[in-house]
Amino acid sequence: MTVIKVRSLSKHFTVRKKVGRFRREATEVRAVDGVDLTVERGELLGYLGPNGAGKSTTLKMLTGVLTPSGGELSVCGLTPVPQRRKLAAQIGVVFGQRSALQWDLPLRESFTLLRHVYRVPVSDHEAALRRCRSLLDLDAFLDTPVRQLSLGQRMRGELTAALLHRPQVIFLDEPTIGLDVLSKQAVREFLGELGARGDTTIVLTTHDLADIERLCRRIVVIDHGRVVHDGSLTELHARYGSRRRVTVDFAAAVTGLSVEVPGVTLERVEGARVEFALDSTAEVGDLLARLVAVGGLRDVTIAEPEIEDVISRLYTSQSPSSVG
Amino acid sequence: MADRPYLALAAAQVRSQASYRLSFWLDMAGNLVVLSADLLALLVMFQVTDDLGGFTRPQVLVMFGITAVAFSLADLAVGNIERIRVYVRTGTLDTVLVRPLGVLGQLLAVDFSIRRLSRIVYGSVILGVALHLAGISWTPGKVLLLAVALVSGALFFSAVFVATATVAFWWIESGELGNIVTYGGRDFTSYPLPIYGAWFRRLFGFVLGLGFISYYPALVLLGEPDPVGLPAWTGWAAPLTGPLAAVVAALIWRTGVRHYRSTGS
Repeated sequence: MTVIKVRSLSKHFTVRKKVGRFRREATEVRAVDGVDLTVERGELLGYLGPNGAGKSTTLKMLTGVLTPSGGELSVCGLTPVPQRRKLAAQIGVVFGQRSALQWDLPLRESFTLLRHVYRVPVSDHEAALRRCRSLLDLDAFLDTPVRQLSLGQRMRGELTAALLHRPQVIFLDEPTIGLDVLSKQAVREFLGELGARGDTTIVLTTHDLADIERLCRRIVVIDHGRVVHDGSLTELHARYGSRRRVTVDFAAAVTGLSVEVPGVTLERVEGARVEFALDSTAEVGDLLARLVAVGGLRDVTIAEPEIEDVISRLYTSQSPSSVG
Repeated sequence: MADRPYLALAAAQVRSQASYRLSFWLDMAGNLVVLSADLLALLVMFQVTDDLGGFTRPQVLVMFGITAVAFSLADLAVGNIERIRVYVRTGTLDTVLVRPLGVLGQLLAVDFSIRRLSRIVYGSVILGVALHLAGISWTPGKVLLLAVALVSGALFFSAVFVATATVAFWWIESGELGNIVTYGGRDFTSYPLPIYGAWFRRLFGFVLGLGFISYYPALVLLGEPDPVGLPAWTGWAAPLTGPLAAVVAALIWRTGVRHYRSTGS
């Protein structure tokens, strides 16, 4: 069953810039510029791109917040803006940067309020809340006013708030932004579990590649308002040769080091520090085994490919063919 | 009660406000000071003159009272709509739009402020005293007209609140513009039409409809002819202004929400 159907969706903003003392110049910004997208029920889709690529704008059109400038879209068989209220009952939304909770009231009261807002029967509400309480460990701060919660605790509250009415689709805009490692993990695990049940469709925007790696089988990459990739993460890495970086510190300055591991290139040697680049076929384990054999290993750091890096490769590799 | 989403929102808001108790009482006190200043201005004018635009003090007080009650009803119901500015500027309207409820209803409920109740009490006392002093010969028709005029006036001021607040969708730095129009409108209708210059009266009194809020209904209640020269039935038809303004405001509001641009991320 198709849950989200988008055809040549676009959103243009007119931005006025001051020129001189009084004159203003209007320029049109195409935040979203012809996006096509189909999402099936139960999919866990990662929607990513650098800042300003149009991720949030797309999400806001899908949820009925913004009116599209052009194109067609349907979510759960409804047209978002004209049928906003009907749609709202079918979807759950988490905006990483905004709160859906009552700032001055205990977390529990926000949930009760949402039961009224979504007109959920008491028994259903309690069942849903019980599940979230155990999965997200809410009990410790359920009676704390929201303003006193840590960001990680609040985000767990926000997730619960978005799910209490059992939406068919849940949209998450940067749900892990600003969270510490443990909280990120809790959020990811929860979403993974939710996705594994297969009845909830999840659309996630992020620019944290680790979110995507742990969770999404399918990713859609958007840049300058256009879809530039739609497929799996492995396909993305394979297609655009994004590379992990391994930085190794030795006990003493290194000379004449050579490692013949497939997919690994020696990038730089700086005294005792050596940097390797690994493409998607390379095994970190093989490289480490080789380095241990060399001896004198003190520290190893593995950096995942930065999404900005992937995107910029993807963009430069596309531009020659997509001019005009 | 348990099943009313808007009531639940408003109740949550009242509980939130109660967590700042001192501020609550300070606000109530502040409200009374502001209100008394307006009444004082009117009374001072009657210290130097016996009539304003041909009307005695109790008669003008009737107009002042009708305006005060209508305005404070509107203020209690939708006065907090001016906060839409903050929602549009910060993009928090997003969270309002993703709920299965009307936007206007949610905003009003979410920012509902019980402290505005004091103004209604105050306006009603003024109107009651004024009606008593003016020595009106009551008929069932007049009682009905007074009730309808108050509701219509409340509707009219609500429409003005909503329409001026909607400007924020196009013009984020609209600032105090809304207050100039709403409070300016209230001050205009607090006094009889003849005190204003001809073009001023035509524009604000007739074109914008402010004259039909308190002045014309008051003429019927007081049994006075109109120095400006409109027929006597004008007062009976005047309450149509409220619903008319509400329709216009609703259209502006709908267009505004469609123009919402949110903010980055």
